[in-house]
Amino acid sequence: MSESKFAIQAEGLTKKFGSLIAVNEVDLQVPTGQIYGFLGPNGCGKSTTIRMLCGLLTPSAGSATVLGLDTRKDAEALKQKIGYMTQKFSLFEDLTVRENLDFVSTIYTLKKDDRKARVKELLEEFNLSDRSKQYAGTLSGGQKQRLALAAATLHRPKILFLDEPTSAVDPQNRRDFWETLFELAEQGSTILVSTHYMDEAARCHNLAILDQGVKVADGTPRSLGESIDSQVIEVTAEDPNEARASLSRESKITSITQLGVRLRVLLPKEVDGAVELIRGNLKQANVGADVEAVFPDLEDVFVSVTELRREALERAAA
Amino acid sequence: MKVLLRIFAVMRKEFLQLGRDRLTFGMIVGIPLIQLLMFGYAINTDVRNLGTAFVDEADTHLSREFMADLRATQVIDLKHRAANLQELESLLDAGEVSIGIYLPPDFDRRVLAGDRPPAQLLVDGTDPIILGVAQQLTATPVSFDSQLRSPVSAAVEVRNYYNPERRSAVNIVPGLVGVILTMTMVLFTAVAIVRERERGNLEFLINTPVKTPELMLGKIFPYILIGLLQLVIILALGRYFFEVPIRGEYLHILMASLLFIATNLALGLLLSTMATTQFQSMQMTFFILLPSILLSGFMFPFDGMPPLAQGIAEILPLTHFNRLIRGIILRGADIMSMWDELLALAVFMLVALTLAIARFSKRLD
Repeated sequence: MSESKFAIQAEGLTKKFGSLIAVNEVDLQVPTGQIYGFLGPNGCGKSTTIRMLCGLLTPSAGSATVLGLDTRKDAEALKQKIGYMTQKFSLFEDLTVRENLDFVSTIYTLKKDDRKARVKELLEEFNLSDRSKQYAGTLSGGQKQRLALAAATLHRPKILFLDEPTSAVDPQNRRDFWETLFELAEQGSTILVSTHYMDEAARCHNLAILDQGVKVADGTPRSLGESIDSQVIEVTAEDPNEARASLSRESKITSITQLGVRLRVLLPKEVDGAVELIRGNLKQANVGADVEAVFPDLEDVFVSVTELRREALERAAA
Repeated sequence: MKVLLRIFAVMRKEFLQLGRDRLTFGMIVGIPLIQLLMFGYAINTDVRNLGTAFVDEADTHLSREFMADLRATQVIDLKHRAANLQELESLLDAGEVSIGIYLPPDFDRRVLAGDRPPAQLLVDGTDPIILGVAQQLTATPVSFDSQLRSPVSAAVEVRNYYNPERRSAVNIVPGLVGVILTMTMVLFTAVAIVRERERGNLEFLINTPVKTPELMLGKIFPYILIGLLQLVIILALGRYFFEVPIRGEYLHILMASLLFIATNLALGLLLSTMATTQFQSMQMTFFILLPSILLSGFMFPFDGMPPLAQGIAEILPLTHFNRLIRGIILRGADIMSMWDELLALAVFMLVALTLAIARFSKRLD
């Protein structure tokens, strides 16, 4: 079973809270041993999906199997095999770092000798040895996050669920954190991580983009860029504001994002001669600019899939 | 083995957290101390030295001797001697005194004839306790020669068992054991789980392999010890400050208290599965505590309550515990002679614990 190709499989996973559909018919296939990302804005259903996969929430419809276990029926058996790092720090702030890890090692019923050795190992690995007697509540954001990851991995789970693990830490800590994730993946762990940072999503082996509870795209970061129905034109203008004002009158353009003096302009793929179209538009407005077609990055993918979906919804409503 | 290990893990965590929670720890010791001193010293239904005025219109040897007898009971404190009945009544109206004694001019003749009561007692009946105390005065014998004639004989004679000195503390201290245990045990456990929910710890806990009964037992156990600690504090202080006798067996006290502590903890756990904030759990605790204090027989005798109140009292654990603990401590009763009270507590505990475990979900929805 451990050699199964997919660690997580979900079909039509749906969660409703009253009339709100938090997660809407999400299909997932997460390959074993990979880092799989959930990318999406706050409130898009990332946490709800993770909680359903952990067996903490019961799906309203659809089903999921994690490590071959049904999350509905075998939630208890699953607990011993998965690690879950909550979005908000959920260890005990009035216990010390070591006491927290001791508690986790006992509650997961590790063997007696293993408990001590494992706690010591993790304290060193996560650079917390000199903090072992400090109360968890007094740790910095980065230290708390390392402690939480240490606790989530203590019982050597085959799958790790990480819910926005880097939202409270600085960039240096984020980079170190991702190094650790890659090490864990190399050791054979499957990691499902949710994020709203594009750069983090780009580091995942595979990712799914969620928007308003719906999976709008999935694949490797590279294939996602190739697959979208948009082309990306980068405009470097002397006066980006004026360029933007002029381009916004062009009906074929789906979105314009400003990055300093650069504008990233998205148009549907079927528009021919997009570069010429934009050059013409800017010439008319008398704005000097360099215009070139570029390869879509993740942010373009994100904007493209969410914009297209919204347009489709509006058309359907009209 | 794994079950025990997980219970042990939860238990050790609770002990560590308890040791660091100064407020809770202060309450563990502080609540029994304050309550005991408050109820033990301030609340006294054994009233003495009631302010009294009298009119002695007879002013004979017998009437003066009678007044001296009344004073000797210590129930009254003769503050005023009024000149006439009007003055006596105005003193009562003004609230200067609670009791007025009127001895008419023909006091001696009435005593001799024995056809009408020789003296009159005017009592401020607004406080029933004062009225009850004043009744004691009516038993004071009066005759020309108390050596020869037997005192006025009543049809019914009272013999005060278990508490000959009529001290309130004797009744109140054992009752306080139950009140304090209800207050602290229910509150601590109700708050203990809700606090973890508020702090987010619960989302972590329910994702571990710990089973619901293991989590509950691990959480309850440290508080059982705290309950016993409180029991020792209350009984020791009661023994040494208020001279409350402990006539029953210590083992029986321990057995009854353990069962009662467990019942309250189970009740607290049940509340914690219904409350979403610590404030709510506190409100719920008081919802149980108030009827417990008023109806359990702690404040007022159970038999004097109307049937509805008695019915409600029967579904409060404290009612049953009060009967047990007063029986054991004051009357030296054998715990097995009150097996039905034990059974009632045991049923309470099992029902509350089962409901708590059934209601507590290891899921978030």
